[in-house]
Amino acid sequence: MKLSSSSLATDRARIKGLGAAKSGTKHFWHQRVSGVALVPLTLIFLCTMISLAGASYESALATLRNPFTGILLLCFLLAGVYHMRLGMQVIIEDYFPQEGIKLFLLMLNTFFAALMGLASVFALLKISFGM
Amino acid sequence: MADAKSPVERPLSPHLQIYKLTLTMAMSIIHRITGAALYVGTLLLALFLIATASGKAGHALASAIYGSLFGKLVLFGYTWALLHHMLGGIRHFIWDTGAGLDPVGRETISKATLIGSVTLTLLVWIIVGTK
Repeated sequence: MKLSSSSLATDRARIKGLGAAKSGTKHFWHQRVSGVALVPLTLIFLCTMISLAGASYESALATLRNPFTGILLLCFLLAGVYHMRLGMQVIIEDYFPQEGIKLFLLMLNTFFAALMGLASVFALLKISFGM
Repeated sequence: MADAKSPVERPLSPHLQIYKLTLTMAMSIIHRITGAALYVGTLLLALFLIATASGKAGHALASAIYGSLFGKLVLFGYTWALLHHMLGGIRHFIWDTGAGLDPVGRETISKATLIGSVTLTLLVWIIVGTK
């Protein structure tokens, strides 16, 4: 059955609804979902940082080794680097129309987000599991 | 496609220099700037965790740098950027539902974001200061 006679897209393409970029609203939606998660996680992160401010080495370790704090900080870190990678992607796409530079910066964006995430998670787990 | 560049000077769509600066527009720009600042600010968190994971000397060094006047200024800015971006995100969630987009609502919600972020930032630093 024909869905539309005015569109050049195939019926299958129209049903999938992903558009020319082949990703539909995925980017927008992931930005929102990670953003929703980050609201409470940010508040928890700030409370943790307040307790870490000016704290001795021993009490900083004790705070970060608490499983509740540790797990929630891990959630904050992972949701955070994912969210910021999505956000920076939009900024790059907006201001760098030149294909080569854009591609380079988009890759750099992914590498930076991955590095920040992995380094922070590694450090936090090292603190948590003993050193 | 590669040589599709037109030699004709095309008119550009109106941009920043054409429009009068409005509150919602300024808040949108600030939302992007704080997002980009937080992106770089992730380094601060990663470095603190790595320093703490490296041992007592690393934690002492990080504490000295972050506890210096310059360090505190940067962290104060980071706190505000984080809270402002978080509240800006909540504002976007509200707008996503279709609410608060009327002329009065969007101004009120934008002002609330700004007042909220400044208030919460001061609150965080008063708590840290009186620890």
